Amino acid sequence: MLEIRGLRHDYAGRTVLSVPAWEVAHGDACLVLGPSGSGKTTLLNVIAGLATPTAGSVRVAGEEVTRLPPAQRDAFRARRIGLVLQTLHLIGVVSVRENLRLAQRLAGRQVDDARIDEVLAGLGIAKLAGARAGEISVGEAQRVAVARAVVNRPSLILADEPTSALDDANCAKALALLLEHAAACGATLLVATHDNRIRERFARRLEL
Amino acid sequence: MRIARLAFAYLASRPLLTALNASMLALGVATIAFLLLVTHQAEERLTRDAKPVDLVIGAKGSPVQLILSTVFHADIPTGNIGVEEARAAVANPMVASATPVALGDSFRGHRIVGTDASFLDLYGAKLARGALFADEMQAVIGSEVARRHGLAVGATITGSHGLAQAGPAHDEHPYVVSGLLAPTGTVIDRLVVTSVESVWHVHEHHPAARPEITALLVRYSTPLAAAMLPRSINATTAMQAASPAYESARLLDLIGVGVDTLQWFAIVLMASAALSLFIALTSALQERRYDLALLRTLGASPASLAALTLAEGVTLLVTGVILGLALGHGAAHALGLRLAGAGSWPITGLTWAPGEAVLAVAVLAIGALTCLVPAIQAYFSDPASLLAKR
Ligand SMILES: Nc1ncnc2c1ncn2[C@@H]1O[C@H](COP(=O)(O)OP(=O)(O)OP(=O)(O)O)[C@@H](O)[C@H]1O
Ligand SMILES: [Mg+2]
Repeated sequence: MLEIRGLRHDYAGRTVLSVPAWEVAHGDACLVLGPSGSGKTTLLNVIAGLATPTAGSVRVAGEEVTRLPPAQRDAFRARRIGLVLQTLHLIGVVSVRENLRLAQRLAGRQVDDARIDEVLAGLGIAKLAGARAGEISVGEAQRVAVARAVVNRPSLILADEPTSALDDANCAKALALLLEHAAACGATLLVATHDNRIRERFARRLEL
Repeated sequence: MRIARLAFAYLASRPLLTALNASMLALGVATIAFLLLVTHQAEERLTRDAKPVDLVIGAKGSPVQLILSTVFHADIPTGNIGVEEARAAVANPMVASATPVALGDSFRGHRIVGTDASFLDLYGAKLARGALFADEMQAVIGSEVARRHGLAVGATITGSHGLAQAGPAHDEHPYVVSGLLAPTGTVIDRLVVTSVESVWHVHEHHPAARPEITALLVRYSTPLAAAMLPRSINATTAMQAASPAYESARLLDLIGVGVDTLQWFAIVLMASAALSLFIALTSALQERRYDLALLRTLGASPASLAALTLAEGVTLLVTGVILGLALGHGAAHALGLRLAGAGSWPITGLTWAPGEAVLAVAVLAIGALTCLVPAIQAYFSDPASLLAKR
């Protein structure tokens, strides 16, 4: 599913990330661990095709992401990769439903409100569909961010620090959500964190 | 497209700033549109009214005043001239026609012109109803006069001295309306036309002694006349000859100076509107750079982010331009309604001035260029570096 070879990323001549070789099988859930500044976000950006690595190759579902031309890389990310960012990043000026519709449209799909309702219901936030995304609580936004990541049934979900800002109870909930919904759509899950509370939940780990 | 909806959502999320930006733009556009409309219509009116008359011969004084009073009927005359003396001056093969005008009174702000049938020919006026003035104290009235005061053939009207509506009345000498003129779109629509003799009668002149008129309106039979006739009349007689075309051009130049000043003012207004649009877009971009980075992660291309920013600016621009044009036309129309009472220049907001299309396109083009800078910034923003920063 995910295959990394000789990956290196430099910022201004300084190597911030180096992964000689790493593979993740389809449907696996993996943890990327490391202290702050160790390059976790950089790794996820490279896998998502948001940054081009200095050297090495990244294959996602057989596709060599790093070699794709920019437009195709954007399209590939939109269709196959779901991202959950630490700050969640919902578009605050429109509704929750519109946020999910945007994800569908930008992935080149038809707007599918039935799918949106299904995902929102599965996360227990069906009643939030019409709410302005900028006005919901952090816990609710967390769920919406997960909903947005899974709405297009991606084959890979990348989550960057999804729990580090949460207390123990919410941390457990958020993680359960991610694991459950990644499994539900058969996606491979990659969680980057420096949060040691969750390391035991994952059988596979990559230490940076 | 979702992008357009998103642009609306962003605009709607800060209604005050959006409204202020659109208003600023609208004010600039409105000022220029108003000036264009008013000057265009005044210019058109002046040239149309001045065109039938090649030369005016009247009493010495200000040539502009002579033209204003005898051609545009918007000022008091410079004085009187003797009929015989005037006729002698135009006894020349280069003169195709010479129409006398005797002025002095008005009817509710409409000039009463003592003249003969050739006056109607000057403006191509035709009778719509009734007959020409045959007897003394008969008059035909222009279409505007008839419409505004609801006058029909057989009605009686009394003149009052001068051009003002409140001048002393000549109640003892009423005119009978013998005919109504069809609309011509020229000054004659707003005039009461009668015979020279009737005007003399009202003022108890003694036609036998030394009959006087205000002016002769001359048409040339050859363009050559322009080079010779005015000069010879101004040099050899006690009268003055003035060209309506020349004097109205001078008048427009005078007005033009004021218009230019206002136009600069409007341009400064629009430049500051463009600047504020630029600032608004740039700060909006700064504010939502994470939104843009997020859209990139969802698959939006750099071009569609630029399009989003551009769509926002262009929506503001188009709103401002439409609002401004509506405001400018509304103001011109309001001015027209105010002036209509005084019976002077008819101005309307229900027409387009030639410069307005250029104005709209220029504002949109310059505005779009202004929006292009933030749009390009959006295009080149790097989502990875944004998302890595917290
Ligand atoms: N756009 C950039 N330009 C220059 N250096 C960068 C840039 N982005 C990240 N870095 C550097 O790369 C290194 C790795 O950053 P990265 O954000 O991947 O770390 P991280 O493991 O995600 O840290 P954290 O746990 O704090 O999120 C850091 O030293 C950071 O300063
Ligand atoms: Mg990070």
